[in-house]
Amino acid sequence: MGFLDRLLGRAEPSSRDIAKERLQLVLTTDRTNISPALLEQMKDDLINTLSQHVEIDRTGIELSVSQGRGYHRVVADIPVLRAREVPPPKPPRRTRRTTTSEE
Amino acid sequence: MGARVITVTSGKGGVGKTTTTANLGVALAANEQRVACIDADIGLRNLDVVMGLENRIVYDIVDVVEGRARLRQALIRDKRLPELCLLPAAQTRDKSAISPSEMVQLVNDMRNDFDFILIDSPAGIEQGFKNAVAPADEVIIVTTPEVSAVRDADRIIGLVEAEEKGPARLIINRLRPAMVQRGDMLSREDVLDILAIDLIGIVPDDEAIIVSTNRGTPAAMHNHSPAGTAYRQIARRILGEDVPLLTPEPQTGLMARFSRWLRGE
Repeated sequence: MGFLDRLLGRAEPSSRDIAKERLQLVLTTDRTNISPALLEQMKDDLINTLSQHVEIDRTGIELSVSQGRGYHRVVADIPVLRAREVPPPKPPRRTRRTTTSEE
Repeated sequence: MGARVITVTSGKGGVGKTTTTANLGVALAANEQRVACIDADIGLRNLDVVMGLENRIVYDIVDVVEGRARLRQALIRDKRLPELCLLPAAQTRDKSAISPSEMVQLVNDMRNDFDFILIDSPAGIEQGFKNAVAPADEVIIVTTPEVSAVRDADRIIGLVEAEEKGPARLIINRLRPAMVQRGDMLSREDVLDILAIDLIGIVPDDEAIIVSTNRGTPAAMHNHSPAGTAYRQIARRILGEDVPLLTPEPQTGLMARFSRWLRGE
């Protein structure tokens, strides 16, 4: 990358930064066995669950696995727009118990 | 208990395990330590040529384990450094010729005669690696600042911990300070961020390593190359000396060369 590019703010990430980022991603997969596809699946499931209660900005969702000492954690950053304007689900109706002869 | 047994390993091939073993062996022996280097890379032996002892092999490690030779018949004493010995690998056998428990037994038989036993591990994570790590008291992992080598080092760190041989210590080999500076190579900090492991040395990329391997005289033996100096410093750290671990800097400009000359490097 030339001096002029840097001066004009057309800076591309260096190959060193790219290498570091790629390594961190691939090692997350190596260490946890959580593949990018599994992460995507978890993201979809989270969206589905949360969408029952709140409206979500789907473009701003970030889900990652971070590294701690001896453990990993899944970190989800999910922007919420507002609560859903629907009445909360009714409590399940009690049904009369039918006794069976097995008892 | 006798000797400290240190296994040098990496996962990925070609990052400098054998060069590291040879140079640390030389540097420790130069510090009046009795050192045995064991080549655990059965079938692909190379520690003998890197140390310049290939013409003196009569018996090898498999001969000893299988009882065809006694240990002292197989050990080759380096005439340049009388405290330094090599136990060569067999070239015509494979990794399954020795088991981890045989390796432990062999090394235990050697412990009383040496201060250090350095084991040069083969690449990979299969039986050769397991043989090399089984007798270890300590493990040194060699990596280069490249994506593939660092990834494999991470895997090896996990395996070493699983074998309860950790915590391993790291050597970053073949660092090119000028490339790091212009953003084209992982830095010391990058590698340590990713691997979260103790660093015991940085060896700069150095043509002197190829020249010394050509000659069969490890760089730590007498020349003042940057890599040879780095290996001698690592040996002093292994011996418990507090040697500052500086990151190599690019030596390009006239002033840099002058200051290098002043420091006698």
